[in-house]
Amino acid sequence: MTRSALITLLITWGIVVFMVVRLFVRVLRKPLEKEKE
Amino acid sequence: MSIQVERWGTRVGLVLAVAGNAVGLGNFLRFPAQAVQNGGGAFIIPYLVSFILMGIPMLWVEWAIGRRAGRYGHHSSPGALDVLSSGRMWKYIGVFGIFTNLTVAAYYSYIESWTLAYVWYSMTGTFSGMSATQVSDFFSWYLGSDQGLLSFSAPAVLFFAVTLGINLWILSRGLRRGVELASKIGMPILIVFGIFLAVRALTLEAGEHGAMFDAVVGLNFLWTPQFDSLANPKIWLAAAGQIFFTLAVGLGSIHCYASYVRERDDIALNASAAGWTNEFVEIILGSSIIIPIAVAYLGLDWLQDNVGFEMGFRTMPTLFEQWGAVFSTLAGVAWFGLLFFAGITSSLAMGQPVLAFLQDELRVSRNHSVIVFGVAVVMLALPCVLLYNGGAFAEFDYWAGTFSLVVFALAEVILFAWVFGMDKGWEEITRGADMRVPKLFRYVIQYVTPMILLFVFLGALFSPMDGDWSAAVASLFAGEGWPLAADSVIGSVLHIGIEDTRWFIDGEVTRTFIIDMTRLLLLGTFFSIAVAVYFAFGRRDRRIIQEKES
Repeated sequence: MTRSALITLLITWGIVVFMVVRLFVRVLRKPLEKEKE
Repeated sequence: MSIQVERWGTRVGLVLAVAGNAVGLGNFLRFPAQAVQNGGGAFIIPYLVSFILMGIPMLWVEWAIGRRAGRYGHHSSPGALDVLSSGRMWKYIGVFGIFTNLTVAAYYSYIESWTLAYVWYSMTGTFSGMSATQVSDFFSWYLGSDQGLLSFSAPAVLFFAVTLGINLWILSRGLRRGVELASKIGMPILIVFGIFLAVRALTLEAGEHGAMFDAVVGLNFLWTPQFDSLANPKIWLAAAGQIFFTLAVGLGSIHCYASYVRERDDIALNASAAGWTNEFVEIILGSSIIIPIAVAYLGLDWLQDNVGFEMGFRTMPTLFEQWGAVFSTLAGVAWFGLLFFAGITSSLAMGQPVLAFLQDELRVSRNHSVIVFGVAVVMLALPCVLLYNGGAFAEFDYWAGTFSLVVFALAEVILFAWVFGMDKGWEEITRGADMRVPKLFRYVIQYVTPMILLFVFLGALFSPMDGDWSAAVASLFAGEGWPLAADSVIGSVLHIGIEDTRWFIDGEVTRTFIIDMTRLLLLGTFFSIAVAVYFAFGRRDRRIIQEKES
C-alpha cells in the first residue's frame, strides 16, 4: 500500500472510530429519562 | 378513540434504530460505486466535508423538528412541519415525508427480498460449481428479467411476500417490542458480519484462492488522495449526494423516530452518535469488502467499468466460490445477511412514519394501520416487480428515492432556519443536550447547509452531459445551449436521450409508456396523500374548535 493512501486511511478511520467510541460511551453513560425512572 | 403514546425503551435502542435507519444497502453498494466512479481517493475529502457541513446539521434539524412534533402529538412529517409555522401550506410539504417513505418502502423491500433470497441460495449451495456467467444469468432469471418489458418470477414474488410479511409483523409489535428490538438484534449482527468479511477481504493476497492481485490494490485506489480533483464540481455534487442519501435525511423517518423522544431528553448526542455509526459502517466496512475483493479477482479496470448496484448480486457469489465450499457458504450468508439486516432496519423506519400518520391523524388502530400499509406497499410494489425491465423500478428510485428527498430536505431546512427561526431552532437543538454543540453550527445550519442543498438540488435539475460542468458552461457561453444529461431532472422529464417517445409501436406498449404511467402513478400517490392530509387536519381543526366551545 502506498504511503499517502495509508496515511489517508489511518487518519480517516482513526477519526471515525474515535468519534463512534467517544459518542457511544456518552450515550451509555446517560440513559433516557424513562430509563432513569 | 385514545391512542397510547409510545416511547423508546432504551437510549442504545433508540440510537441503534436511527443508525439502522441510515445504514442501508447503499452503505455497501452505493458508496463503493460512487467512490470508484468519482476518482477513488479524490472522493473522500468532499465526502467528509459534506458530512460535517450538511449531514450532521441536517440530522440535528430533523431530530429537533421530530422531538418538537412529539410534544404536540404528531409523529409524522405533515404534523411535524405544521406545528413549526402558522402557515397552512407547510403540512402539504410534509406530504413528502409520507410519500417517500411509502413509495421507497415498496421498491426497497423488493431489493431487500433479493438479499433474503440470496442468503437462502448461499446456504443451499446453489452457486456451487456455477461459472461467472451462470451466476450473473441466475440473477436475471431470479428477477424474471429475460422476458421483454414484463418480468415475473415465482421465487422473486415468494421472497418478496416473506420479506414484506416479516416487516409487517415487526411493525405490528409496536415501537419498543418491534422496531427497537429488531435494531438491537440486527445492527450488531450486521457489524459482526461486516467485520468478518472485511478482515477476509483485506487479507487476500495475489495467488491465494485464485486472486490475481493483492486486495490492498483496491484500498490504494480508494484512499490515495488526488487533490487536483477537488476542483471538479461533479465530485463535490456526488459526495454531497452520497452523504445526503446515506444518512436518510429528507425522508421523514427521523422526524418520526425523534418524535418518540421526551421533551427533556437529548437529541444532539443521539443524532451525532447515529450519524457517526452510519459513517463507521460506510467508510470502514463499506469500503473494505466489495472493492478489495472485486479488485483482487477482477482488477481495477474491470471494477471501474462494471461497478454498480447489481454487482453485489451478479459477481460476489462467484468470487466467494473461490474460497472453498464451507468458507464460500459462510461468506455468502454473511454478505447477503448483512445486506438483509441493513435493508430491514431501513425499511422498518419507512413503515413507522406511515403507521404513525394513520394512527395520529386518521385515528386508525395499529393493526389496521399495518394492514393498510401492507396493502399500499403491495399495490405500489407490483409495477416495480412486474415492470422491472420496463423501467418502473428505476422511476420509483429516481423520483421518490432521490429527487423527492432533496426537495423535502431543502424545504424543511428553510422552514426550520428561516421561518421557524434560528433563535428558536437553536434552542430546540441544544435543549437537554448531553454534548456541547459548537455555536458555529448555528450559522452553518442557517447559511451553509441550505446553500449546499440548493447546489445539490440545482445539480440534479441541470446536471450536464457526462457530469462535465466546465464543458457545459463553455457550451452555454459559446451560444450552443446547456447540454442536459439524460438523467438530469429536466432531461428525464423531457425524455432526453430517447429517440422514439411514442407510447405504442405496432400495437405494443413501449418503455416510454411504462415510464410515463409510473410517473403518473407516483403523482397520483402524492396527491392522494395530500388529500388525506387535508381531511385529517380539517377534522382535527374542527375537533379543537368543538373542544374549545364546550
